[in-house]
Amino acid sequence: MKTKKYDKVIQKHEVKPKYGLNMLISFVFGGFVCLFGQFLIEIYVHWFGLVRDTASTLSIVSVILITSILTGFGVYDTFGQKAKAGAFIPISGFANSLTSAALEGKNEGIVLGIATNLFKLAGAVIVFSIVSAYVFGIIRYFLVEFNLVPQLEHVVYLMVNMVGLY
Amino acid sequence: MIFLKAFIVGGIICAIGQFILDYFKLTPAHVTCSFVVIGAALDVFGLYDRLIKFAGAGAQLPIMSFGHSVMHGAMEKSEQLGFIGIGMGMFNLTAVGITSAILFAFFTALIFKPKG
Amino acid sequence: MKVGRQSWKFNNDVYIQETATAVGPMEAQGPLGQYFDKKYDNSYCGKKTWEQAESQLIRDAVEGVFSKTNLKEKDISVVFAGDLINQIVPTHYTFRDFNIPFFGVYGACSTSMESLLLSAVFVDSDQAKIAMAATSSHNMTAERQYRNPTEYGGPKPDCAQYTVTGAGVALVSHTASKIKIESATAGIIVDAGQNNPNDMGPAMAPAAAQTIKQHFEDLQIDENYYDLIVTGDLAKGGSPILIDILKGDGYNIKDIHDDCGKLIYGNDQPVFSGGSGCGCCAVVTYGFIKELLKTKKVKKVLIVATGALLNPIILQQKETIPCIAHAVALSVVE
Repeated sequence: MKTKKYDKVIQKHEVKPKYGLNMLISFVFGGFVCLFGQFLIEIYVHWFGLVRDTASTLSIVSVILITSILTGFGVYDTFGQKAKAGAFIPISGFANSLTSAALEGKNEGIVLGIATNLFKLAGAVIVFSIVSAYVFGIIRYFLVEFNLVPQLEHVVYLMVNMVGLY
Repeated sequence: MIFLKAFIVGGIICAIGQFILDYFKLTPAHVTCSFVVIGAALDVFGLYDRLIKFAGAGAQLPIMSFGHSVMHGAMEKSEQLGFIGIGMGMFNLTAVGITSAILFAFFTALIFKPKG
Repeated sequence: MKVGRQSWKFNNDVYIQETATAVGPMEAQGPLGQYFDKKYDNSYCGKKTWEQAESQLIRDAVEGVFSKTNLKEKDISVVFAGDLINQIVPTHYTFRDFNIPFFGVYGACSTSMESLLLSAVFVDSDQAKIAMAATSSHNMTAERQYRNPTEYGGPKPDCAQYTVTGAGVALVSHTASKIKIESATAGIIVDAGQNNPNDMGPAMAPAAAQTIKQHFEDLQIDENYYDLIVTGDLAKGGSPILIDILKGDGYNIKDIHDDCGKLIYGNDQPVFSGGSGCGCCAVVTYGFIKELLKTKKVKKVLIVATGALLNPIILQQKETIPCIAHAVALSVVE
């Protein structure tokens, strides 16, 4: 039996997620993850004397390493459930999706289990970043070719300044 | 000061991601894919670079910066080599992120067992 | 004997001769922990993989009924068994160690009552002397297959459910015991147009309502006949919807309704809106409800196991979730 007659009853009991609370939790946890990343950058610059660019890259790699280890110990999924978007939006979410998929395939062997499953969840992110970079890259390339960039940049920066972001 | 800015900007980006997840009932995969596209788009006029200068890790850690890095590398290379450079430069800045993630994931899977 | 459109009334003295259950750590620590026979403190149940762990749970429950009754595999005429995993492999890999005529069944989370119903029909019509109904589910095997890797950190909404790690086995025969199987109603597949795999309660409630309503009509009774109507895993999301739908049909089950998904876990356990999985209804019925009947705390119970008949691929094709509910009526012998 395929029917829509229960739509009203189901709608009546629909429980909406707590938007405000969830956003606040994500804000706090996400902020702390980024704060930790910034903290690492400062350590690498001031204690290890690295250039800021290198320190930023190393900070990202450090966060990835820490996430992989936490995932291996089985604690990252609890953190992810508590922190909501604060855990999966930073690069730690990407590292966790790779590591958890790899761990899952452990029983099926190294080639068909770990290696094949590694990109099960993260593949989409890489595909979209490459495809969108091509699309936007080609757009920007032609804007540069036809010398439209200065004018358009001016317009965009005006809009952004009006919004008061900077 | 940079710490406060990193905290706030990183937090805001995560909060927006959470809202999209809740309101549109999408999966984390959908949200992260949208964010990398937005990150790439914001680099057409160099907007994301300005955010990074402002907020440091607050803009570099979120997944948006992955899309930005791919785009940035493509643009840098295309300035040197023209149209063909777009494809050649994409992994320049993101290589270390992807390679280290694969490396750590692989060895973690060899060493640890999932606990559920 | 078949009565009405979807039901059977068992006039030939069909009893649940014995039951046995085996559960994982979360269930053992829950409020019903004392009612389960074998309890593990680890989801691997002493095995190397989770699929093998689920097989072990079924094996423990099967050996449990054998040791409680001193029966052997040659005494069992037929077994109806199933679980949630693709091609029901945990069940197959368990029963390859037993030489019993085997029927594999899949009803998602309604498998427990589906297998019990089939066992009762076979015994009632003397097609089997002793029939075995076996069901199981495991949190990690279900997560791996239907959702995401178990260590994945993506957040689940509050309306999600926690698949029970547990196996339940029942033996059905003419041998008199305290628990009689009075009647049963098979469900029809009901698709109410829901498509959220993280919110299955609202999808399954209409199927449960259809089966309960048809059960009342086929047997010409109403809600006052039962002391308790227990659903398998509607949990906190689906129960209010079920009560509302039946109210619209003229049946008020509010005071006699409970749900295995709500019963099996405590409020302090991180289980979102409650338990789910075919093991949920199986272990709660064969462990806890059986004790309630034996001690006459309730005398007539209707167990309605609900299942969502989806898989991840079809859902990505923008399909909705069809569900089914099978019901078995148990009563205590005075």
